[in-house]
Amino acid sequence: MTAAPPRPASARRPQLINGVWKLAAAIATPVLPEDYLDFVAPLRAGADLRGRIVAKRLETADSATLTIKPGRSWRGHVPGQYIRIGIDVDGVRHWRAYSLTSVVGDGTISITTKAIPDGIVSNHLVREAQPGTLVMLDQAIGEFVLPTPLPAKILFLTAGSGITPVMGMLRNLPTGVGPDITLLHSAPTPADVMFAGELGALAAGGRIRLVTRHTDTAGMLDLATLDEQVPDWRERQVWVCGPTGLLDAAEAHWAGHGLADALHVERFRPTIIEPGEGGEITFLGSEVTIDADGATPILDAGEDAGLLLKSGCRMGICFGCVVTMRQGAVRDLRTGEITVAEPGDELPIQTCINAVAGSCDLEA
Amino acid sequence: MTLAPERTSSPARTSISPTAPHVSEPTHLEAERHTLNTRLSVGGGSEREHLPKKSGRPNPFGRLTNAEIEGIGRELDAIRAEVMDSRGARDAAYIRRVIKVQRGLEIGSRVVLLFSRNKVAWAAGTVGLSLAKILENMEIGHNVLHGQWDWMRDPKIHSTTWDWDMASPAKQWKHSHNELHHTYTNVLGRDNDLGYGLLRVDEDQEWQLFHLGQPIWHLINAMFFEYGIAAYDLELRGNLQNWNELSDKDKEVFKANLHEMLGKIRKQALKDYVLHPLVSGPSFLPTLAANFTANIVRNVWSNTVIICGHFPDGIDTFETDSIDGETRGEWYLRQMLGSGNISGSKFTHIMTGNLSHQIEHHLFPDMPSNRYAEISPKIQALMAKHDLHYVTGPVLKQAYQVYRKVCRLSLPNEEPGRSRWSVVRGELAKVVRGKGEARTKRHLPSTV
Ligand SMILES: Cc1cc2nc3c(=O)[nH]c(=O)nc-3n(C[C@H](O)[C@H](O)[C@H](O)COP(=O)(O)OP(=O)(O)OC[C@H]3O[C@@H](n4cnc5c(N)ncnc54)[C@H](O)[C@@H]3O)c2cc1C
Ligand code: FES
Repeated sequence: MTAAPPRPASARRPQLINGVWKLAAAIATPVLPEDYLDFVAPLRAGADLRGRIVAKRLETADSATLTIKPGRSWRGHVPGQYIRIGIDVDGVRHWRAYSLTSVVGDGTISITTKAIPDGIVSNHLVREAQPGTLVMLDQAIGEFVLPTPLPAKILFLTAGSGITPVMGMLRNLPTGVGPDITLLHSAPTPADVMFAGELGALAAGGRIRLVTRHTDTAGMLDLATLDEQVPDWRERQVWVCGPTGLLDAAEAHWAGHGLADALHVERFRPTIIEPGEGGEITFLGSEVTIDADGATPILDAGEDAGLLLKSGCRMGICFGCVVTMRQGAVRDLRTGEITVAEPGDELPIQTCINAVAGSCDLEA
Repeated sequence: MTLAPERTSSPARTSISPTAPHVSEPTHLEAERHTLNTRLSVGGGSEREHLPKKSGRPNPFGRLTNAEIEGIGRELDAIRAEVMDSRGARDAAYIRRVIKVQRGLEIGSRVVLLFSRNKVAWAAGTVGLSLAKILENMEIGHNVLHGQWDWMRDPKIHSTTWDWDMASPAKQWKHSHNELHHTYTNVLGRDNDLGYGLLRVDEDQEWQLFHLGQPIWHLINAMFFEYGIAAYDLELRGNLQNWNELSDKDKEVFKANLHEMLGKIRKQALKDYVLHPLVSGPSFLPTLAANFTANIVRNVWSNTVIICGHFPDGIDTFETDSIDGETRGEWYLRQMLGSGNISGSKFTHIMTGNLSHQIEHHLFPDMPSNRYAEISPKIQALMAKHDLHYVTGPVLKQAYQVYRKVCRLSLPNEEPGRSRWSVVRGELAKVVRGKGEARTKRHLPSTV
């Protein structure tokens, strides 16, 4: 598309190639030469970052690891980081974040997904996605990583799919004598423990001390009993990842002991967007926030607040009013359909037929 | 003069900038705030009087009661919901496949044309490129720009990022087509697509001397249709004729649009008429001729398809006032009565960008084009039930009807006690006497 940003790599290309590229662009107009190349070499250097699923392995009954060969633009990652992956489910592209679980540097990356009830992307990845599928990727990001040099004593506190970023770290520990690591992991039953064999082997080899808790029989972990399970927890740097309840409890616990600095948290659900009826609309461009009811189109609400918004037919047919929703939820007044944007999403929505459902941030 | 869709249903229509395609100023009056667009949902509306049209023909809305019209609206909403809720991987695969085929055909044809000194290569390349350009404009460009594929959330196939192989820049076209034509379909004085300000295609359009030549204007317009559309999207004629009355802001907007359009035309011409021929080396001239031919073929074809959409016999037009306070049901009814289809094979449908299902497209402009065929029987049944005429026919028959009408309406309507020719003679005499005074006034089609 014409909207693609200029390619920084072109500055470094030899002049002849640059010339040929320019000529190709002038002949391909109004699309770009990229739009042709994408059909034959979607993973080439300089292309939008994509990846191809090359292998899939079930971890438990409801989780699977996907191995992905990223395009040549992939810049690598630090264990513990995550990527955003864009995949088409039923024809619609969805973006979700997944922690990287792979060994760094072998040319592929992997993610491990646990299917959650009614989850669109997680179920698709675990049950439908097949090797060969092309997915969209973003470069790796995230602060949930180990520092260098490594701390002498580490506690990993994980539950369910929260083991994934930690598995990424464990697989990339330097060989030889490493730090003193305790992994305290919770899962409902033994069959639900992802990477059980590999974790067992690490424990058997003396690399980690593994404490697994099967919550269906043993009940949820109570941090008040941490002294019994990990007596020296106060001396450890802690990385915690799992359901919101565990993370909130851990934050309270470490803060309560004045040790908040030792705690590193990864949240799989940083914000929870619950669609509601009416609410706040923030127009990011004009830095205006207004309150609107659930029956008023965003376009009308914005105009009433004196904003000059793009519009056309005002009845949903011309797409002249489309703006990008950065986060929040809106409801289609014709059908009742809800559109939700999580942070990091950029969803185009029509303002003339959508009303705010809870709150929404719009680029307008 | 363009009227932007108004905020409310009130007759107090505010005319705004004829040129500003993007930011429409809020057009509502204080007292009308909170009266939302009546076209948003079915229901409401009250029985009203349907006055006959100026030409004496009946008001098409008058055939049904308000309750019947809203009933139709509900049925159409249900048909729409059923399809929209079932959009999925198959539809996504369809548009991606069409795009892939189009790109392959385009690049393949352009490569073949590098050797267009050879007659066979010229013929094959020209046919291939013509088909590629038609696919690109019709089944892909037109429909992507309608937002039919926005639901896939693929930024590469999206109404906000797409541009097409044609003189008019996408966003200017989206304004004049998606907003104005699709909202005001066939409303006299508000839908400039009724003859594009160039042709008189309805008895209820005012006749002017200028229309005498329309059997010829029509053919020229068809050949250079993309430039016609570009000028039309700019409202070139209206803007130039009213230049002194435009505000400074309108003039700025017009100049910016003109600049954008010339830039686009330059790029388009550079590729088809300079670079691709140059790369062909010794085949320079044949390649240039091939590209020119492909553009003309595409222009004539798209013009033919588009005129069949609204101008054949049996399609209704609507008086300006008849849509004040229009409900969603009435809007739907107007789309059904104001559009006509083309019958034919699957290949015909694809090459028309499924505008062969013009009625279905006008009812649901944002429905993926590959789904129109499946709802067509339901629409026909619905229209038959209410004794409404579903206009359709083979492309040549429809196009012939249009041309016949263009010829017929190049002359004024018969007036009581006066033959058509005497009206023409009268006008001619006025021009000769008035030395152009009459000319500037009368030549402006009422729609511009
Ligand atoms: C930094 C980061 C890293 C992540 N890493 C992983 C990972 O390695 N493996 C992994 O399986 N997931 C991971 N996730 C979660 C993942 O991004 C998705 O949220 C998850 O797969 C659910 O997506 P879905 O489309 O299936 O669910 P949706 O269709 O979006 O949601 C279905 C329902 O589940 C709820 N829901 C959404 N997300 C969650 C959640 N995480 N937990 C519980 N309920 C939820 C929704 O509110 C909704 O009601 C990570 C998230 C973040 C932010
Ligand atoms: S204004 Fe036309 S779709 Fe919103």
